[in-house]
Amino acid sequence: MAIDEVKIGGMGARQKRVEDNRFIRGKGNYVDDIVLPGMLHMEILRSPLAHARIRSIDVSKAWDIPGVRLVLTGETLAARNLAWMPTLSYDTQAVLATDKVRFQGQEVAAVVADDPYIAKDAVEAIIVDYEPLPAIVNPDQAMAPDAPLIRDDKANQPDNKIFDWEVGDREGTDRAFTEADHVSTIEMHYPRSHPSPIEACGSVADFDRSTGKLTVYMTSQAPHIIRAAVAMVAELPEHQIRIISPDIGGGFGNKVPVYPGYVISILASILAERPVKWIEDKTGNLISTGFGRDVYLKGELALRKDGRILGVRMHTTSDHGAFFSDAQPSKFKIGLMHSAFACYDIPSAHLTATGVYTNKAPGGVAYRCSFRVTEAMFFQERMVHAAADELGLDQAEIRRVNFVRDDDFPHRTPFGFLTDSGQYTKCLDLGLAAIDYEGFRREQAAAREQGRLLGIGISTMTEPLGAGNSREYDILGIKMFDAAELRVHMTGRAILRTGAKTQGQGHETTWAQIVAHELGIPADDVVVEEGDTDTAPFGMGTYASRSTPVAGAAVSMVARKIRAKARKIAAHLLEVSEEDIEWELGRFYVRSAPDRGVTIQECAMAAYSNVPDGMEPGLENHAYYDPPNLTWPFAAYIVTVEVDPDTGVWDVLRVVAVDDCGVRINPMIVEGQIMGGLTEAYAMANMQFITFDADGNCVGSNYMDYLLPTAWETPGFELHEVVTPCPHHPIGAKGVGECATVGGPAAFVNAVMDALKDTGVRNIDMPLLPDRVHQALTTGQDVSGAPPVDPEAS
Amino acid sequence: MYPPRFRYEAPRSLREAITLLQEGGGEAKILAGGQSLIPMLKLRFASPGMLVDINNLPGLDHLTRDGDGTIRIGALCRHEHIERSELITEHQPTIAAAAPLVADPIVRTRGTFVGSVCHADPQGDWAACMIALDGAIVAEGPGGRRSIAARDFVTGPFQNVLASDEIAVEAVIPPPQGEARGGYLKLERRIGDFATAAVAVAVDLRGDQVTRAGIALVGVGGTTIDARDAADALVGSPLSSDAIERAAELAAEAAQPRSDHRGSASYKRHIVRTFTSRILTQIDRSTQKAA
Amino acid sequence: MTSLFNEVAPPASDDVPTRRVTITVNGEPRTADIEPRLLLAHLLRQGLKLTGTHTGCDTTNCGACTVLFDGRPVKSCTMLAVQADGHEVTTVEGLASPSGLHPVQEGFKDEHGLQCGFCTPGMMMAAKALLDENPSPTEDDVRWALAGNLCRCTGYQNIVKAVLWAAERLGGPDTEPETEEAS
Repeated sequence: MAIDEVKIGGMGARQKRVEDNRFIRGKGNYVDDIVLPGMLHMEILRSPLAHARIRSIDVSKAWDIPGVRLVLTGETLAARNLAWMPTLSYDTQAVLATDKVRFQGQEVAAVVADDPYIAKDAVEAIIVDYEPLPAIVNPDQAMAPDAPLIRDDKANQPDNKIFDWEVGDREGTDRAFTEADHVSTIEMHYPRSHPSPIEACGSVADFDRSTGKLTVYMTSQAPHIIRAAVAMVAELPEHQIRIISPDIGGGFGNKVPVYPGYVISILASILAERPVKWIEDKTGNLISTGFGRDVYLKGELALRKDGRILGVRMHTTSDHGAFFSDAQPSKFKIGLMHSAFACYDIPSAHLTATGVYTNKAPGGVAYRCSFRVTEAMFFQERMVHAAADELGLDQAEIRRVNFVRDDDFPHRTPFGFLTDSGQYTKCLDLGLAAIDYEGFRREQAAAREQGRLLGIGISTMTEPLGAGNSREYDILGIKMFDAAELRVHMTGRAILRTGAKTQGQGHETTWAQIVAHELGIPADDVVVEEGDTDTAPFGMGTYASRSTPVAGAAVSMVARKIRAKARKIAAHLLEVSEEDIEWELGRFYVRSAPDRGVTIQECAMAAYSNVPDGMEPGLENHAYYDPPNLTWPFAAYIVTVEVDPDTGVWDVLRVVAVDDCGVRINPMIVEGQIMGGLTEAYAMANMQFITFDADGNCVGSNYMDYLLPTAWETPGFELHEVVTPCPHHPIGAKGVGECATVGGPAAFVNAVMDALKDTGVRNIDMPLLPDRVHQALTTGQDVSGAPPVDPEAS
Repeated sequence: MYPPRFRYEAPRSLREAITLLQEGGGEAKILAGGQSLIPMLKLRFASPGMLVDINNLPGLDHLTRDGDGTIRIGALCRHEHIERSELITEHQPTIAAAAPLVADPIVRTRGTFVGSVCHADPQGDWAACMIALDGAIVAEGPGGRRSIAARDFVTGPFQNVLASDEIAVEAVIPPPQGEARGGYLKLERRIGDFATAAVAVAVDLRGDQVTRAGIALVGVGGTTIDARDAADALVGSPLSSDAIERAAELAAEAAQPRSDHRGSASYKRHIVRTFTSRILTQIDRSTQKAA
Repeated sequence: MTSLFNEVAPPASDDVPTRRVTITVNGEPRTADIEPRLLLAHLLRQGLKLTGTHTGCDTTNCGACTVLFDGRPVKSCTMLAVQADGHEVTTVEGLASPSGLHPVQEGFKDEHGLQCGFCTPGMMMAAKALLDENPSPTEDDVRWALAGNLCRCTGYQNIVKAVLWAAERLGGPDTEPETEEAS
């Protein structure tokens, strides 16, 4: 009799998370929880200035403090050829500054001491003599003809431009614009933001001179990439490097790159021959590690009167800070920005992109995002919203008119991606029904009569998740695929390891559910391990919502390999030929005699005790999964708001989310991901941003200024689902972690813009602070750029 | 995240505490709730030579109302205690309105009212309430006790008039001249955010006549602003929409905001006007309803 | 933490004054010689190896370090450890009883109230403090009481549900707390 899949925690089960058993007891094991014998503590001195030449560094007073073991400066590192390191985008980044500091918060020196209090005391005692230089804080300044050169360390870098890049069909797009009834133009800025996991970055480096082995416990979303990078940077043999990512207190893209702190702690451990712990403080995290966004757009849509989009032109200018260290596939300079408009059937599109250096922190990480798709989808949905208003069209209708139809797949997007499946109109209509769109429009009209401002915002998008395939996607030449290893023990229990690394996504639960689905082994009988490069198979790590599309697929594939071997064992046990064997969940049986069968557990026992002649014993295998394509989940987010006309304060009334992320392995976890993403979307629209004053001082370097919403402000969420399985993924899943962060912000902004529609205001750049909304309301003018920080400006 | 070294003393009596402060000269800081001081130590914005922890001093955690209506808040009375106090809910509407808006609920279990006034953060809620209420701070030093009007107490950003060997032991709110009415409105982007702007209003009414008024502004100047002209404009006549509008205008004029990432100067001024008007209108409406 | 903390051992250096404190942590008296500048969070984590209490920010905003101090929630990164002398501290490790998990712990698991788990201990301590005083809170009561604790993963909705779940469990007269195994 077939097993009930939900009962064994298989596909679709709302399985309670196994990892929670330790977290709810306070027994998680995060980097800062790790204590090794003889461990020292490291603190970093950061630059107070955004741009300055270093005249001298006096560390003598730091050395005088009892308990100080090492004081490291750029000079110390330069002597070992470690003062600079490669970034993930073929640039270089200073580990400790030698010549200049290029952003506020840059690493200048480090102290290793017996405890972190002493290390901090010593850091405070270091005296640095700076010669201040003019700071460049935006692309306009960077590209000015007389702009100071930020990267004077690089040969062949005459100015502050990093790249010009383009993609799409320039001529075809030009033609579309000549044929258009209407051209809609809009300029926007997606402000600098920060992933800001509650746990900052950190590492415990432990170099053992007797064995030559370097073990590094660290907050990494991609430990295997780190191992390769450390091997290259520190010139250590890769087999002598063991990277362990223990429990991670949230990542959201922040914990993908290699940061100076990790590198310095490694060198410190080598020099001190003791374990060295570096735990970044929150200011260090916000001021120096991978930010997200900071892109300016000039966007144009060529439209017919009925709302059909004939062509898209986008020009982006991106501010990458002082070092080009975007975490992205190497082929694409501005990530997957050109995934924009993928859900719409548009004949032609053209994107040009310019990237510049500024005196700001480097990063450009995929903050809960597949490499700039967050900007792409935000720009897309803001452009569509503005165009609909200009043409006097209904916001839902303009989307319906342009959607790729359900029977039009596979579909080539305007920039050349291939999408494979979706039911876009169905999703939107489900959302509209849920929020009672028509009813809200009536309510909105009635409220307007009383001077109340209600608004509804729609954001619909499909986005590419699950990089690669390996033909097109690599980071520093390392192809983007993932692996899984599955070992089934003789009693039918199993251990699964993957090259992904969970940071809250619940892999320990979900991967076991995939095994349960493929093999009928109860999820509770499968232990999942990740994050230790000595034991886990290779993988590119967890970011860009790629775990389920790639590593999850590898889990499926390795389980199928196990099943194929078990089938041979079953045939042997049942004394029939393999062709006569049928599979149902958890059991092989003889086709002609269904009562004669063996369970997967019986096969496992036989694998170690009774294999057929010539068969290798044991029941384990591995699988590398190179996805044939990206996966393309779709989402429709609909938000209603009320704006207080006196203050510009806006309150969220309702948030409806319809997500089609394909087959849901664990719906509970999927819903958790969506709600988390919606919260970040709300935060970005409302309060969360990093900005800089004219001197390059960072505003937003702690939680007093960089605001994460609390339970009180965060709205409630109403979730709905549509399931269109991914045709090329082994279990039909599409990935979901970032969808709501990507698609959500435009829904909030569009809702406020809808409330302000009568004023003629077309755009307010995020964040929609009450001040900015009020300014738009009273002046009828757009509000652009970052909020003012100059005390003299008003 | 790691405070610098300091000498730590936890005296058991006020006298002992004052002696320690004398000993410390200007180098000693008083530690009460610590919800501002300890973060400043962690960020190394402050490095006092000595901390005099007054948490063990007896008799300073009171929140009482005298027979004449005077309210006394001891130096160790925590925000949370005020927030939950029936005495406050019943008798002191300005304080009652501000209490839930101070910092966040966890900070409120520890932080103190008097400590917040002494900290003199221009973003602080309580100093504004005290000014609006014509309150006073009682300080004790080697020479005995003195009472300092709240509006004279704060002299600048993070500066007050206390001598280095004085301890603020109590905040005193005088009895209302009639019925105490008032409110507090704060524009914050999320719980625990500093105010973009906030307004404290206290109005005493006898019948429909305003007998006394105070308005103080938060986050719109280098220090808490006493909008005296705005308040004075209300005294001696009933609340009316004209009077309210005039007071709101004067309050906005009294503000000295600067543009920053929370909002532009003109917006903050606008918020002062809007909030002053809203609180006063609310008082006016409820008065009319009661009548 | 050599010079900052010694559980009743000679101080590391004569130059650094230490103080002997006795703090009742999770019901057990613990005595230690500490530097006055040591934060309570660090004493718990490094000194007493109770690493369930996390530190997430420098500015008393995130609440990951929330513990109960004489029964009320405090941010343990914003108290000196010396201040806890003679007082009672409860950390996440003290939440469960010998008979099983606290309903708040069960609720967080049951309602998927956590993802990365980093804010969870502080969030649960704040929730326990709420339920100790208000056994039947509304959704708004819960959101208000947890507004001093930041979560980056969940969007709070499931945290609120978790606390309401626990309230119901605590309030039910005939419900036995589940055992550890059953959770």
